[in-house]
Amino acid sequence: MDNIIEIRELRKSFGDVKAVDGISFSVRKGELFAFLGVNGAGKSTTISILVGTLKKDSGECYVEGRPIEEIDKLLPDIGIVFQSSVLDSRISARDNLLYRAMLYGMSRKEFEEGLSQFAKRLQLSDFLKRPVGKLSGGQRRKVDIVRALLHHPKILILDEPTTGLDPMTRKMVWEFVEELREREGLTVILTTHYMEEASQADHVVIIDHGKIVASGTPLELKKEYAGDYLRIYRCEESLQGYLKEEGIPFRKDNGTLTILFEETKAAKKFLVENEKRIEDFEIVKGTMDDVFLAVTGKELERR
Amino acid sequence: MKQNFVSLFYLTRRNVKLYFLDRMTFFVSLITPLILLVLFATFLKRTYEDTILATIAPMTMDRKLLDAFTGGWLFSSVLSTSCVTVSFCSGTMTLDKINHVDVDFRVSPAKPIVIQIGYVLANYLATLCVCLVLLLIGLVYLAVVGFYLSAIDVLMVVANVLLTSLFATLIANVLWTFSKSQGVVSGVCTLLSALYGFLCGAYMPIDSMGEAFHVFTGFLPGTYSTVLFRKAFLEGTLSEMSVILPGEAVSGIAGGFDVNYDFFGRDVSIAMLFLVGILSVIVGFGLLVLATFLKKKCLSD
Repeated sequence: MDNIIEIRELRKSFGDVKAVDGISFSVRKGELFAFLGVNGAGKSTTISILVGTLKKDSGECYVEGRPIEEIDKLLPDIGIVFQSSVLDSRISARDNLLYRAMLYGMSRKEFEEGLSQFAKRLQLSDFLKRPVGKLSGGQRRKVDIVRALLHHPKILILDEPTTGLDPMTRKMVWEFVEELREREGLTVILTTHYMEEASQADHVVIIDHGKIVASGTPLELKKEYAGDYLRIYRCEESLQGYLKEEGIPFRKDNGTLTILFEETKAAKKFLVENEKRIEDFEIVKGTMDDVFLAVTGKELERR
Repeated sequence: MKQNFVSLFYLTRRNVKLYFLDRMTFFVSLITPLILLVLFATFLKRTYEDTILATIAPMTMDRKLLDAFTGGWLFSSVLSTSCVTVSFCSGTMTLDKINHVDVDFRVSPAKPIVIQIGYVLANYLATLCVCLVLLLIGLVYLAVVGFYLSAIDVLMVVANVLLTSLFATLIANVLWTFSKSQGVVSGVCTLLSALYGFLCGAYMPIDSMGEAFHVFTGFLPGTYSTVLFRKAFLEGTLSEMSVILPGEAVSGIAGGFDVNYDFFGRDVSIAMLFLVGILSVIVGFGLLVLATFLKKKCLSD
């Protein structure tokens, strides 16, 4: 696969604050790329540079092989869903979409056909004529997504797209995005706080204080930073004494003992050594939450 | 090129729709003409009549002519102020910045100057709608009390509405390009609504405000627009007056009510008045292009 986005040594400061501090990464065509970080980590600044609303201080930034300075030629291929809706609340969802679509050189026929397909797939028909300000959060988000996709972009940027959405709408949105990735080879760049979304990505970049602190597939990151949890549901009383004697840290919640091992091999060794004491157990891989905590020392917001 | 026009059409349509949906903005933009109408009904009309009658004393004048003159003076004032204040108070650009809607346009392929002209055109169309309705009301009022305008006069008024509104819209949008707060917009609107009527001589004739004020207003394009409105609305009535009144008395009224205006002693003709209007629009457009360029540079940094 070719890279659709290439960023090298990108820097951007606001006064003394280094919002983006020499980051480099690439995004492959058709992949789901997740950008993780707490608020103020530098995700939105990077996105703003990518879509041309902010100028970089230094570094190189290429989209489809073209430098970001040629953003005018790149914008027709980019669709973006902003963190908060930027549609006009007083006018109808349909008119909002029409006024935006017409900026991309679509004909009225193309717009009507495209809208009817999206409306069917995302169940928009019932509220297309209602003012955006009167729609529920989920309905508004669907309209935002259609706004970003109506002109058939090659790159879709989702800036915390599912914040505040109910589980059903979130599932529908993700299924739809997946469908577009498969059918049209859409590249998706996602910034999120939510680990379950990040763990579905092909590639994850964790950014903190404007620097990339970890990068890889979710599995690579878990292997590198998260370790394994051994959960013991039934065991002899003596096991706890043994753990204390050996100085092995553990946690006890509702009768379940949880022990963290840096790697699976160590967990297996522990199990063999204590085979007779342990009756019921499971080994669980660490989560992206653990990765994030290990890498940044911070916890992400939870749903 | 075709795409730029399509984008411009839909951006303008959107902006016009938003303006007319926002009842508050619509109402605020009508404040100045409403103030003038109230002032006229309460005391201005009587004050003007007394001034005219004092100018021609001991002669007197037909009520129809008097009403036609004061009515013409009122609506020339209403239009000269409304073209400016409605333009300044009906823009949607700053609201889009506050609501971050502008970012949605900036990430589209629409060119910054097209987005900017979209705001200007919408602003212009909204202003024209309001001003042309006011003109219609004025013409109906004059038809009732005394109508002395020729077709050319009416065309002159329409042309002046088109020019003055365009100039004011361009300048307003140059200002809004750099404004990020609705407070600034409201402040400018309120200040302008209160001051512009005095500056262009809409409330009181410039002639009655002293030499220094006369010189100062000579450098403001709005003054020439007001004088053009006065000429179009009042010259027919004045020529009707000249049938019954001596030339000196008619000249006195014309001078006292800004129908005739001089720039450092030189009379300004109708052609000159139009020329000032056209040049003002050209300068306004140049400023808008410059503001768009500077804004793009500021945003990028």
